Amino acid sequence: MNLIEFTYLAASILFIFGLKGLTHPDSARRGMLCAAAGMTAAIVGTLFKPEIVTYQWIWIGLLVGGAIGAAMSIWMPMTAMPERTALSHAFGALAAALVGIAEYAEHGSALGRVKVGALGFEIMLGCLTFTGSLIAFGKLYGAIKGTPITFKGQNLFNMTLLAVMIGCFLYLVYDSSAAIAFYTMMSLGFCFGVLLVIPIGSADMPVVMSLLNSYAGLAAAATGFVLGNNVLIIAGTLDGFSGFILSVLMCRAMNRSMKNVLFGAFGAVSETAAGAAAGEMREVSLEDVATQLAYAKQVVFVPGYGMATAQAQYAVRELSNLLEGRGVTVKFGIHPVAGRMPGHMNVLLAEANVPYSLLYEMDQINPDLSQTDVAVVIGANDVVNPDARDNPKSPIAGMPIIEVDRARSVVVLKRGKGKGFSGLENPLFFKPVTGMLYGDAKSSLTSLAQAVQEV
Amino acid sequence: MEQLVFDPRVLMASLYVFALAAFLGYQIISRVPPLLHTPLMSATNALSAISVVGALVMAGRENHHEVSTWLGFVAVISASINVVGGFLITDRMLKMFKREIPSKPAKKGSGK
Repeated sequence: MNLIEFTYLAASILFIFGLKGLTHPDSARRGMLCAAAGMTAAIVGTLFKPEIVTYQWIWIGLLVGGAIGAAMSIWMPMTAMPERTALSHAFGALAAALVGIAEYAEHGSALGRVKVGALGFEIMLGCLTFTGSLIAFGKLYGAIKGTPITFKGQNLFNMTLLAVMIGCFLYLVYDSSAAIAFYTMMSLGFCFGVLLVIPIGSADMPVVMSLLNSYAGLAAAATGFVLGNNVLIIAGTLDGFSGFILSVLMCRAMNRSMKNVLFGAFGAVSETAAGAAAGEMREVSLEDVATQLAYAKQVVFVPGYGMATAQAQYAVRELSNLLEGRGVTVKFGIHPVAGRMPGHMNVLLAEANVPYSLLYEMDQINPDLSQTDVAVVIGANDVVNPDARDNPKSPIAGMPIIEVDRARSVVVLKRGKGKGFSGLENPLFFKPVTGMLYGDAKSSLTSLAQAVQEV
Repeated sequence: MEQLVFDPRVLMASLYVFALAAFLGYQIISRVPPLLHTPLMSATNALSAISVVGALVMAGRENHHEVSTWLGFVAVISASINVVGGFLITDRMLKMFKREIPSKPAKKGSGK
């Protein structure tokens, strides 16, 4: 018995070391090895618990789950990372919720008030994270349309639902034998998860992903309180806080409050103050851009979600290799909310073998842009929209941006003349320094690389 | 046998653990560079699959209702998807992050 507790203690320490490793790319892999060892210790320790009498379902479950998990992580392309993460939030939350439901089914009214309280948190967070993550997955995968889905009185309806769910929870704490309250709370949790995520637009996904991450962790921590198990509390809390910090960072990177992201249904709003930017967009030819790039001293690439959808990361790498070969300084400017999840662009570029010493955060790259000859925007829109800085009436006013318009010349790779995901007009496209290069980002970049070779 | 009612002293200790873990988590995670935010998310995801510990017990112990065993079984599957998948994909990602690429790789005829 004590030995089992010891494996849990060892696991907790190893988890913390593991996360500590993630504070630097060089120590990250070693750290994760620590964490994985901790997890193995905790699982093996648990298998020796005296309560366990039959192992049949345990082995089958571990094997099936392990096989699915391994298959998913080996064969899933890196571009599908946001979808995979959304799914894994769903699995994690489901596991916590199911353990809670089974715990209630087993002991129900015999549970003390504090335990029922913890159980309630576990169920509510677990259920809403499960369905919410599935919706997020659907949106990222494209099965559900990415624009916000709204209906009249949505916020009022959601708030009522939330109030009823919390009412059930409070009643359950008062009378833990009220099974109806328990199962109503559970069902409402499932519904609330759906309702919470459907009004959120694709461009706000980084915040939602972080929040769901946080909820899944807190559900696990609540499970720890129910089972009286410290390693669950520690690991769950670490996850919960990690998600929370990420969502705060993401909100800050968009200059929006959490409330605005969750209940603002951003992207569906009609643009009232935005449409002012008008003028002529200047289209540039491939050869023009190639010449500019080839004779530049410094080139900064600013990728966005468009790079991910076009799978253009290898083509960018190819082009940047060529430019570096010609003595051009190449840098990548990464906005915190570029893409669909925190760090999305970094992973894609790393996959394409771009060394991370070339990847610059927004605050590092901005002072550099005035000395940049060409800034190349690849499928990014809102994160380079100067309206956020200049137009206080813009819906994204105050959002920190990568100020590509300070560069001597800007080239925007864009699929068509349409607007970005947020539906906002981008005055950058109409500026005299900006040239538009229409077409699929991947083929544009490949042709650019060829043209650069011929310069 | 697990305790069904929280001993107040145990509850207090658990709250301490929670508070300290929260503080430690805040300190460590705010130092993770944005570069590694995606691996961070998949790593913490794998960590929170520690609920597999509860699921294993649920799937293997003598339950009053058969349905609890089944719920535990499904929980074991979904948690172990996250444990195995989470750590593997985190490692796969971290492997790709390199400070410098050692000597220009002569890939697909790039360069001259």
